[in-house]
Amino acid sequence: MTKNTALKKAISAPYLVWAALFIIVPLIFVVYYSLVDAGGAFTLDYIKSIGRYKDIMLNSIWLGFVATIICLVIAYPLAYIMARSTKNVQRTMMMLVMLPMWMNLLIRTYSLMILLQDTGILNSVFSFLHLPERHMINTRGAVILGMVYNYIPYMILPLYSIMAKIDYGLVEAAQDLGASRTAVLRKVILPLSLPGIASGFTMVFVPSVSTFYISKKLGGSTFSLIGDIIEMQFKSANNYNLGAALSLILMVLILLCMAIMNRFTGEDDDGGVLI
Amino acid sequence: MGENTIIELRNISKKFGDEVVLDDISLNLKEKEFITFLGPSGCGKPTMLRIIAGFLEADSGQVIFEGKDIGSLPPHKRQVNTIFQRYQLFPHLNVYENIAFGLRNRRMKEKDISQKVEEMLALVNLKGFQRRDIASLSGGQQQRVAIARALAVDPRVLLLDEPLAALDLKLRKDMQVELKNIQKRLGITFVFVTHDQQEALSMSDTVVVMNEGKIQQIGSPIDIYNEPKNAFVADFIGESNILDGVMLDDFKAKFSGAVFQCLDKGFAVKEQVDIVIRPEDVDIVPVEKGEIIGTVTSNTFKGIHFEMIVDIQNFKWMIQTTDYYPVSAKIGIEIEPDAIHVMKKSEYSGMFGDYSSFSDEIEHLSDIEEEED
Amino acid sequence: MKQKMSALSKLYIALIIVFLYAPIVVMIIFSFNSTVSTSVIGGFSTRWYQSLLHDTGTIKALTNTLLLAVTSSLIATVMGTAAAVGINAMKRRWIKKTTMHVTNIPMMNPEIVTGISMMLLFVFAGAMIHKDDVLGFGTMLIAHITFNLPYVILSVLPKLRQMDPHLPEAAMDLGCTPLRAFFKVTLPTISTGITTGLMMSFTLSLDDFVISYFTQGPSFETLPIRIFSMTKKRVTPDMYALSTLIFVAILLLLVLLNVSQVRGERKLRNKLDKEGA
Repeated sequence: MTKNTALKKAISAPYLVWAALFIIVPLIFVVYYSLVDAGGAFTLDYIKSIGRYKDIMLNSIWLGFVATIICLVIAYPLAYIMARSTKNVQRTMMMLVMLPMWMNLLIRTYSLMILLQDTGILNSVFSFLHLPERHMINTRGAVILGMVYNYIPYMILPLYSIMAKIDYGLVEAAQDLGASRTAVLRKVILPLSLPGIASGFTMVFVPSVSTFYISKKLGGSTFSLIGDIIEMQFKSANNYNLGAALSLILMVLILLCMAIMNRFTGEDDDGGVLI
Repeated sequence: MGENTIIELRNISKKFGDEVVLDDISLNLKEKEFITFLGPSGCGKPTMLRIIAGFLEADSGQVIFEGKDIGSLPPHKRQVNTIFQRYQLFPHLNVYENIAFGLRNRRMKEKDISQKVEEMLALVNLKGFQRRDIASLSGGQQQRVAIARALAVDPRVLLLDEPLAALDLKLRKDMQVELKNIQKRLGITFVFVTHDQQEALSMSDTVVVMNEGKIQQIGSPIDIYNEPKNAFVADFIGESNILDGVMLDDFKAKFSGAVFQCLDKGFAVKEQVDIVIRPEDVDIVPVEKGEIIGTVTSNTFKGIHFEMIVDIQNFKWMIQTTDYYPVSAKIGIEIEPDAIHVMKKSEYSGMFGDYSSFSDEIEHLSDIEEEED
Repeated sequence: MKQKMSALSKLYIALIIVFLYAPIVVMIIFSFNSTVSTSVIGGFSTRWYQSLLHDTGTIKALTNTLLLAVTSSLIATVMGTAAAVGINAMKRRWIKKTTMHVTNIPMMNPEIVTGISMMLLFVFAGAMIHKDDVLGFGTMLIAHITFNLPYVILSVLPKLRQMDPHLPEAAMDLGCTPLRAFFKVTLPTISTGITTGLMMSFTLSLDDFVISYFTQGPSFETLPIRIFSMTKKRVTPDMYALSTLIFVAILLLLVLLNVSQVRGERKLRNKLDKEGA
């Protein structure tokens, strides 16, 4: 039996080597590049430059947070309704929610842009209804909308899957013990769905904070998130060291947010909920 | 047992799709009574409970609680609580908070809550378990928490939906005694649902035997056992030999080719009837003294007694005896008048009570099927 | 208890569906527009679909994307399944835990960080061997395998945990070698997990833009990268046509998947009914 176990362990060796080489080592490179200058000499200048990007950093986190909360508020009732409906409705809804998710992010964002632009469909509809036309593209609101639109399926799915697992008998037990509709929601459904909230939060917050395409297309040239700045360092400014330093800081900040979030929901990150 | 009716069920009917689950059920539940719904799976027992608790509405008929129709009252406004089959303890709350759940919904003071929880834990013998996690409890302990949680809110009526089904045999017997004691001590009405006839007979004041959505018989355990109303009840409660017979006159029944004295009267002359004879009520005598004669076809040792299948005129009887008779032995049989129970013919006549295909194994299998329900 | 939906619930669902699909519907409409405009509809035409057919760059990008998705998901599935078996057999808690934490990194980390971290590695390695154009199919393949692996491992691992550990032992008791027991017993038991992992890898790889963007070179262009460079400029509606085609393909795939699933369930139910009767 021990021989068999040893054999089993051995077949994970290629993966372990791979993980070390392509997960751990690249992260070490990020740390290394952020601590040296272009010539390879040690410097803290790039890390210190965070001061210059503080506002952009905070702005990114704030927008990501707002988008995540909006997703949560919209998705929670939907997930609840889905989990309580018949199997056929559940299946159809799952499909309808997942379908846009399989569309490429770029395409989704771009079609949203068509809708929002000054000469776009929405404004045509407004003028047709004799409403004042509105400038919507290249605003903070448009960027948040883009985040919500692109990432809301990632909130709906974990919430739905955890709520579908809640034994309806528990709801009946609570009602039996005198809990009203709202009390059932507050005392039973909400606490039991916390793991779903936590994983939905992570799945929306992380890509929202670090996005660069959404802000580029819907925020316009004057509007930059931290993702845009990092992308610029690697794709046009060729300042890898600054890019690495900003990435490092972004990573740490997101880890920090996650830690706060996990304390809040009382869940340890055991890999999160896979859909 | 109080004589005041607390819940009255009037002509309750319920259909799921085309399937009639409850068919015109009328019944009075009395104060301080231990009443049991007994029947095979699919007979509508849990549906009955869910209608009383308020999780389901009847298609027609009324649920009357102390004179008021509560048919459309939501569950959280009824003075009725339920012990669920799988307990339904809240996994995110500890023992204390589970028991306090109903009390908090009433906005009781924390001090009163804590006192009540202590009291309940003492009642179910779980002192010191306050901070324990639900997942860390054994099945029996979870059962106790469920009882404490339901009783903490002082229900007038407690509904128990096969609460002991998930426990092993030994624990089950202990809990039967304990539940009965709790019910006596608190003096509230228990409505118990089970498919286990032994459980029903040993715990209840009143047993309601149900089948196919209809009430077959209501009575005390002793009545139900000794005076079954039809072949279904006779077969479902205990073991029974059910034979075709004819009433020749009052107190005189003919079956298995012989005429017997019995205690039943009031049937028409020559009326076809069903005769019930319990396996333990058959006396075995030497062949020459027997009123009828049979051949032993199998014999199984059961501990206190032997259980024999005996062929009497091609009808297989089950007979329990403390003496041993080998297979293919001829025996004489005598039946006392009080061992003979005569029933009117019913829709169930001829369906039960012949042991020609009987085996322990089949009996056991059908038990398992019912528990899965 | 499954309930009929209230009118309010239905309205709510309808609003969300409109929100999710409005941009896509608009895009589909404009893909059939006869003019270049994205605000005025000139008339029905399929010219953008025709021009797509003659766009060799896009067709090349499509085959590139499929090639990358197939190879990366297959390699990740084989390596990931083997890894899951090994991880499941690990006895020491801390080794197992550390391995799982490392496995989670590509899933938890922002994609942009994963992308640039690999880019830094590749560029550094390229400099070591004095090669400027190190970025290309090879680097993208490595990157895709890396971000696919955790999804495979996390799909297979629960199936291994659910499996009765005595099952392979029973097979060996009946004369199987350990290897044969693995292929005859373990593998079929965890096959649903492996399939899930493979499908997730494949779709993630098809869809990936951010990580590809940082590890890609001019020699190898995938569809998302091509869409990105197309949307940099003012876009012509042939991109809508492309997107519409992708949408329809996915829609068909999902519907087929669903229908076969429903059919399978119905078959099973019928079979059970028959056995019950």
